Amino acid sequence: MSSRRIERAIEGVLFLCALLSVGTTAGIIAVLAAETVAFFREVSIVEFLTGTEWTPLFATQQFGVLPLLLGTTVVSAIALAVAVPCGLLAAIYLSEYAPEGLRRVVKPVLEILAGVPTVVYGYFALTFVTPALQAWLPGLSGFNALSPGLVMGLMILPLVSSLSEDAMRAVPRGLREGAYALGATRMQTAWQIVVPAAFSGITAAVILAASRAIGETMIVAIAAGQQPRLTANPFVPIETMTAYIVQVSLGDTPQGTLEYRTIFAVGMLLFVMTFGLNLLSTWLRNRFREEYA
Amino acid sequence: MSTPSQPVPVPAPPLPPGLSSVVRSSGAGVETAPVKIDVRGLNFYYGEKRALDGISLAIHANRVTAFIGPSGCGKSTFLRTLNRMNDIVPGARVEGTVRIDGQDAYGPGVDVVSLRRRVGMVFQKSNPFPKSVFENVAYGLRINGLATSKAEVAARVEESLRAAAIWDEVKDRLHDSALALSGGQQQRLCIARALAIRPDILLMDEPASALDPIATQRIEELVYDLKKDYTIVIVTHNMQQAARVSDHTAFFWLGRLVEYGRTDTVFTAPAEKLTEDYVTGRCG
Amino acid sequence: MSTTAATSLGPSASSARRRRADLLFQATALFVLVAALAGLAALVGDVWRDGADRLSWSFLTSFPSRRAEQAGLFHALVGSLFVIGLTAAMALPVGVAAAVYLEEYGGRSRIARLIELNIANLAAVPSIIYGLLGLGLFVRAMGMGRSVLAGAATLALLALPVVILSTREALRTVPSTIREASYALGATRWQTIRHQVLPMALPGILTGLILALSRAIGETAPLITIGALTYIPFAPDSVWSAFTVLPIQIFNWVSRPQAAFKANAAAGILVLLAMLLTMNAVAVVLRDRAQRKVRP
Repeated sequence: MSSRRIERAIEGVLFLCALLSVGTTAGIIAVLAAETVAFFREVSIVEFLTGTEWTPLFATQQFGVLPLLLGTTVVSAIALAVAVPCGLLAAIYLSEYAPEGLRRVVKPVLEILAGVPTVVYGYFALTFVTPALQAWLPGLSGFNALSPGLVMGLMILPLVSSLSEDAMRAVPRGLREGAYALGATRMQTAWQIVVPAAFSGITAAVILAASRAIGETMIVAIAAGQQPRLTANPFVPIETMTAYIVQVSLGDTPQGTLEYRTIFAVGMLLFVMTFGLNLLSTWLRNRFREEYA
Repeated sequence: MSTPSQPVPVPAPPLPPGLSSVVRSSGAGVETAPVKIDVRGLNFYYGEKRALDGISLAIHANRVTAFIGPSGCGKSTFLRTLNRMNDIVPGARVEGTVRIDGQDAYGPGVDVVSLRRRVGMVFQKSNPFPKSVFENVAYGLRINGLATSKAEVAARVEESLRAAAIWDEVKDRLHDSALALSGGQQQRLCIARALAIRPDILLMDEPASALDPIATQRIEELVYDLKKDYTIVIVTHNMQQAARVSDHTAFFWLGRLVEYGRTDTVFTAPAEKLTEDYVTGRCG
Repeated sequence: MSTTAATSLGPSASSARRRRADLLFQATALFVLVAALAGLAALVGDVWRDGADRLSWSFLTSFPSRRAEQAGLFHALVGSLFVIGLTAAMALPVGVAAAVYLEEYGGRSRIARLIELNIANLAAVPSIIYGLLGLGLFVRAMGMGRSVLAGAATLALLALPVVILSTREALRTVPSTIREASYALGATRWQTIRHQVLPMALPGILTGLILALSRAIGETAPLITIGALTYIPFAPDSVWSAFTVLPIQIFNWVSRPQAAFKANAAAGILVLLAMLLTMNAVAVVLRDRAQRKVRP
């Protein structure tokens, strides 16, 4: 019957659309790999991964990516130092303590924090947070890692909070009730029973937040500076991997040159790092679900 | 104190109170209606688990056949093999034959869509589409291409709503949402929807279990009326209902067919002790 | 039978200590929440203070200029709307088709699981990587150049995982008994999907699309990477023309040292936030209507 053939054709079209996602991943890997391979024909991979000077746009070109990597790490570490404790506290409070009315108000507000465009956060970091911090820390330069780090922490706090809260709510009520029946307070139950039980779910949330921080672009492009520096000092300008890609894209670097290829090499490193973290987070989350689903 | 079962040519054992008044006597003698559905050696598996074990029975045309048994005994599963609704369950596997008018429903070259046009189904919880009353009934006609002109569709919709004994209640509300009807009305609407495509066979999976007694009675009257035009198979956990409406009864237990015969025999003179225990309420 | 003296049910020293720790914790957590809210309020307040005065009709309709007081948003607004419209046109059909396949046809097959894994990972890939993909694939390999089309295609890929995931959620809210009723009437799978499942899921699907678009409209990095310009004095007039979008124009103004441009940036942010607010309000209204449909 021709209707059966039409059904088959429709299923085929739908399948191809679904396959596009695999195609996208393949495309990302292919594009990054093609340019990265061409890049590593001219620059040694050892120099790339271990070199301490990053000056591809200067007359004397050096291709050590460590300054960018360190810049990314410092900003992300500051962001996580803000977002993880605060997000976790918020999650525990919302999951174990907060009355339903408060939850219904607070959660949408946290969602709003997550929905503000990053360019707005960048503006906030540059024009408000940095001057405010400079009043306290006179040595703070106009571009630095601290200010975008703090603002980024604010941005990813809802991510940590909501994913951790999901993990804690998945812990069965029976566990909590057992603790209460023994006379435990809510705090003891929360810290000693629920959080350990939800631990792998919470860890998955933190790892995902780290991945998000590493890949964040505009906040650092606006407020962190464009000076790749091998330093852990959060008060001076630095450059992250993502901000470097933006810097080159804004310039006039002709396509097909070595300088052009650097953004793909850096992009490949970024992709490998975030992909690895995402896989780890997913694996942890699945293991957590198996325990309690 | 029950006696061990033996072939009984003697008067039937006394019934528990309440049951004897409702059993309809359909007279003695062999069933003369032709066989509509002939099931032989049916095994059904959900993955590795066997849910139905060696079922064989013959359902007669223009009769009401009831499937009874405790929860989980497989009667709904068996019902759904008759219109291949289990095909949409992943891991479902069927062995044996299900012949409808002599043709194996699971044979090669059988079009499931055509099969389901001939074997209609009404579900336990009424499931009208979130559309108007009219559109609910017209849907089956449209997708099967059974009526093309607007006049034809409207005529068939009215015919089906009358056959389901709900026309008078909805004729002024044909284009209102079906979800605004009461539970009993929704179920009769679902029956009308099933009848619209003019099946030969109507499978009903506990159609009145979610309804109040008055709505239930109307469904049972409807079933009794419909049997002159349709072959009806009805699954029910309510034994009195089975005794009231059906001509034949099949008793299932843990995936097996324990006993199958004329309703009055199964309820008054069952051949199996298990059947007797079940219909007298001693077990299940 | 116990022979000890009656045990007291009143408070003890240790329980008082525990209750104090409990209160301390609640206070700290509430402080954190209030601080986060204060941060948001500071952000909005700061932007409002810097930029509200700059908002005017001429700001919305002027083109960029080297003089801050005369610079406007028009080209960027048109660029944003143009790009987002194209993104929606590309992402919606493909995303819904993919979600329908996974939810209604795919089942638990190996390839369906591979696709699902891919989608979950793609949802967490940094947006600048999508920009690199767009640069290598759309701008260069497919020769679209730095055009609106390349930008929209890049953003469509970015939005696709979100559209697929939210469409699947919407499809799941359609009760399986509706599908069963349709099959029992002899409908094919596609007929059931087209006539019953998709109409019921539509509000949820649109809500998901709007949320995906509200993320896309604020995206800066991928579009910079594919070559959206930061200074163009004209509004794009075709899918092949160069373009810029609102967040990039904001970024451009923020990067200028002159203080007057800061006001422009803040005003631009207010316009962007207003657009986002509108889109999210529409999404909320749609979601309410969706929930009301299932319970009339």
